[in-house]
Amino acid sequence: LKVIIRTLMVLLNHPDFILMPLYDGARVVVSRSFADFTPQASFDIKKCDVHRLEEGPPLKAELTREQGLQYYRIMQTVRRMELKADQLYKQKIIRGFCHLYDGQEACAAGIEAAINPSDHLITAYRAHGYTYTRGVSVKEILAELTGRKGGVAKGKGGSMHMYAPRFYGGNGIVGAQVPLGAGIALACQYQGNDQVCVTLYGDGAANQGQLFESFNMAALWKLPCIFICENNQYGMGTSMERASASTDYYKRGDFVPGIRVDGMDVLCVREATKFAADHCRSGKGPIIMELQTYRYHGHSMSDPGVSYRTREEIQEVRSKSDPISMLKERMLSNNMASIEEFKEIDVAIRKEVEDAAQFATSDPEPPLEELCNHIFHNNPPLEVRGTNPWVTLKSVS
Amino acid sequence: MASSLRCFLRTGKNAVSALQRREFHRTLPVAVQVTVRDALNQAMDEELERDERVFLLGEEVAQYDGAYKVSRGLWKKYGDKRIIDTPITEMGFAGIAVGAAMAGLRPICEFMTFNFSMQAIDQVINSAAKTYYMSAGQQSVPIVFRGPNGASAGVAAQHSQCFAAWYGHCPGLKVVSPWSAEDAKGLLKSAIRDDNPVVFLENELMYGVPFEMSEESQSKDFTIPIGKAKVERQGNHITLVTHSRYVSHCLDAAAVLAKEGIECEVINLRTIRPLDVESIETSVMKTNHLVTVEGGWPQYGVGAEICARIMEGPAFNYLDAPVTRVTGVDIPMPYAKILEDNSVPQIKDVIFSVKKTLNV
Repeated sequence: LKVIIRTLMVLLNHPDFILMPLYDGARVVVSRSFADFTPQASFDIKKCDVHRLEEGPPLKAELTREQGLQYYRIMQTVRRMELKADQLYKQKIIRGFCHLYDGQEACAAGIEAAINPSDHLITAYRAHGYTYTRGVSVKEILAELTGRKGGVAKGKGGSMHMYAPRFYGGNGIVGAQVPLGAGIALACQYQGNDQVCVTLYGDGAANQGQLFESFNMAALWKLPCIFICENNQYGMGTSMERASASTDYYKRGDFVPGIRVDGMDVLCVREATKFAADHCRSGKGPIIMELQTYRYHGHSMSDPGVSYRTREEIQEVRSKSDPISMLKERMLSNNMASIEEFKEIDVAIRKEVEDAAQFATSDPEPPLEELCNHIFHNNPPLEVRGTNPWVTLKSVS
Repeated sequence: MASSLRCFLRTGKNAVSALQRREFHRTLPVAVQVTVRDALNQAMDEELERDERVFLLGEEVAQYDGAYKVSRGLWKKYGDKRIIDTPITEMGFAGIAVGAAMAGLRPICEFMTFNFSMQAIDQVINSAAKTYYMSAGQQSVPIVFRGPNGASAGVAAQHSQCFAAWYGHCPGLKVVSPWSAEDAKGLLKSAIRDDNPVVFLENELMYGVPFEMSEESQSKDFTIPIGKAKVERQGNHITLVTHSRYVSHCLDAAAVLAKEGIECEVINLRTIRPLDVESIETSVMKTNHLVTVEGGWPQYGVGAEICARIMEGPAFNYLDAPVTRVTGVDIPMPYAKILEDNSVPQIKDVIFSVKKTLNV
């Protein structure tokens, strides 16, 4: 009996030990160990259409258990963070612009998985996901959204202006980030450091003239720039068919090679980005990737998102192509992880996001003394005129 | 002395060293005549040599030696990597320059004229000027945008606008407007060494004008601080505040007025933003009269800003008359010479305005 009790105690305390209820209410003791999980599996991924390329990314992707759980964690964190932002916005704790990324998580997670931390990335205003994958904590992101001094830009930037090392925002002007990204790539080439710059834009920005100016110069000078069109099918309220004479965004670079990628599959995104990064690093010049993806929310929090598309369409994508569900099902059906593990991760993420929201709502706003700071870098302090001639404010670097 | 003078007249180019060789008993300050164009060229050459992160990009800057020959010889010396010819795509290459600055380089972005900068103005203002503030100091943008600004000769409306007021309006930018060769060299070197976006407004009509440059200004470390005006001429009766080409006009007007016993103090702003109001106030508190002279349009212009600032500060109580602005005529620039000549301030306009302000 002692042996049985001791065994039970060992089992009960084991981390993989789960009590599973059966239908008739009886409990059965079940034990699972790590040795039971498949450590690595190979998955078929959708073939990418190519433009001006002999071959595209591979048709299979290897995924280890650790990678899978990591991608899941990242995507789920972004998902929950964006939903929390939605909540805070509706409570009017976040104001102004708030463009949410839920639905598109596989893009940010897949890209980050394929590049190095020393590579560079720049995107437009739907930037919270990339801010996270580039290393900023949920806490600092939410606190920036709520405009507090603990925000990543000390409350001075807001949703569209968050920065981190090797992450150049967050840019509010549609398309302006694309020449910037090409310039960052020029700096990489100039400095000979073998780094690449990932430059993102949307289907709405894909018609901007400055993009074509950037493609031209990047191709001329063979800049190591991966131009990525995150095609979520709508530029604000205008569907791509109504805005673009050609919706083959991966071909729009004309003389720049392109690939069209399933943006809802994190493995497909990862493999395509690896392929693109290799292309750039080998000195072949720029490349365009079109990620076919979808956003569940409207363009921003002031757009319900159902006047130009049907609820059925949104629901269909959610049920058939959700990036997080897809990864989870893949791992479960290949015995790479258990449902309980995913639940644990979910619980941990929920707590992280909850704590971050707590911080973001309780942290004080930036002090008024900070108002005029950060006008110039490495500059002696200067005086800034206030709202009337008797108010002179101070600005330090 | 006579033999060195003969030597100078004969050889011309070795004049400086000839003079130096002769005067062995003491060292005279040796000045040379340098055009504004050459001064700008020297500034860029020295800064390119000093810091390998500095590079120049723009239309025709490399193989053509610069549309106005300002970058002559630089491509031959530094090559394709440092001197880059761009396609005619201002928005694109200005954005590329800003991105390169964000990623650690120190670009000089040339606009063939500032009229074309309007195509790229979003990159100058929204991507360059505002970023340090929006990022709360995390992301600096050490870039110089330079090129000719304002009226030229016979290039008509689309090629003659002055952008001092437009760029001078925006926080996050420094806006510089040199007049002489020394100004051009010292201020451009400062601008390149500055870690912030600097808009450097040159003037095409000044490129070929030679100025005497002091020995000090020939040093490779000679810089002029941004944000400080210079009193070019001392005077007691009236203050003339101006920038760029019109410094010449004011000095010429002052010479004429001096014959009539009116002594003008001429202040060369050198920097539009941040504006050196203290220098203006100090002068006005001495002379009690102020005339501003600029090439740009009057409405919401540099002169208008100076008027407002004088009114808000201590110098107002010292004014014996309202401030007078001498500006370009409030019209798009016409082509015909007689019309163009009458669209910008002339020396006689400055003289007239001084006398009206002094009520003489």
